[in-house]
Amino acid sequence: MSANHLPLEHHFENMEQQHDAGTLAMWLFLATEVLFFGALLTGYTAYRSSYPAEFAAASQHLKEMVGAVNTAVLICSSLTMALAVHAARTSQRRLLATCLVLTLLLGATFLGIKAWEWYSEYQESLVPGIRFSAEPFTGVSVPRAQMFFVFYFILTGLHGLHMIVGLGVLTVLLVRHRRYSAEYFTPIEVAGLYWHFVDIVWIFLFPLLYLVRN
Amino acid sequence: MGPHRTVSVRVYWLIFAALLGLTAATVLVAGVPLGHWHTPAAIAIAVTKATLVVLFFMHALHSSRLTWIVIGAAVFWLGILLTLTLADYLTRGVAIY
Repeated sequence: MSANHLPLEHHFENMEQQHDAGTLAMWLFLATEVLFFGALLTGYTAYRSSYPAEFAAASQHLKEMVGAVNTAVLICSSLTMALAVHAARTSQRRLLATCLVLTLLLGATFLGIKAWEWYSEYQESLVPGIRFSAEPFTGVSVPRAQMFFVFYFILTGLHGLHMIVGLGVLTVLLVRHRRYSAEYFTPIEVAGLYWHFVDIVWIFLFPLLYLVRN
Repeated sequence: MGPHRTVSVRVYWLIFAALLGLTAATVLVAGVPLGHWHTPAAIAIAVTKATLVVLFFMHALHSSRLTWIVIGAAVFWLGILLTLTLADYLTRGVAIY
């Protein structure tokens, strides 16, 4: 790609139209992701409304403050991502790189904390089908309590997978950050949309999984 | 190039502060005895946070109507999914409560 002319694809009239098409495409993809996570969350909702006592009991075993800290970490990463888009839009390449690095670090922090959580949940025998102990669940139906953990691991696992993909995308953008400026910053904006969406998923996962009360 | 109007850096920081505040509120509300209002309260706060992220961080406020249609469609479809599912599960009359 030449540094002298804009990366305008031949099937677009101008850069603005190309930008609008790019962001619309990401929004459409995010709409499918809403249904993707939405279907899983609807399944979770169905089971939770059927087994409220077991789900509340199971939720107690999650580390609420750790989840809260992770929520704050992701919110910080959304801020740095928004600032990255702003930096690209105003041709501040070094600020763009800095904000991308910060977003990457915060995202990695989130995954590190999540991995530690999963590991400790494994140690506490809360992984159905792999390592699960019925001991802490006296008085409630164990299979029903296990369903909570099935949803917990699948939901946070899928969310984590999305985060890993996001980190990959951000890494590529970081490596290429010098090519972005006010004339062409669409990839940064589009990556930002994806990243904010993954944050929104967690914004719902945190209260739904960690703060189950009856 | 791209959208004409945009969100200022100051607004980003304000929304960031609001999101952190709402996160703290989520945790605090969970500690208060609310009975079966816990879930609606937690969802309401989460929806507020998500709305702020969509409007400001994702620039939806300054986006085209086409973008709005896509966002609306996603929310609408999710609404159908949840409404019909909950209409079933919440009206089964199985006395668990």
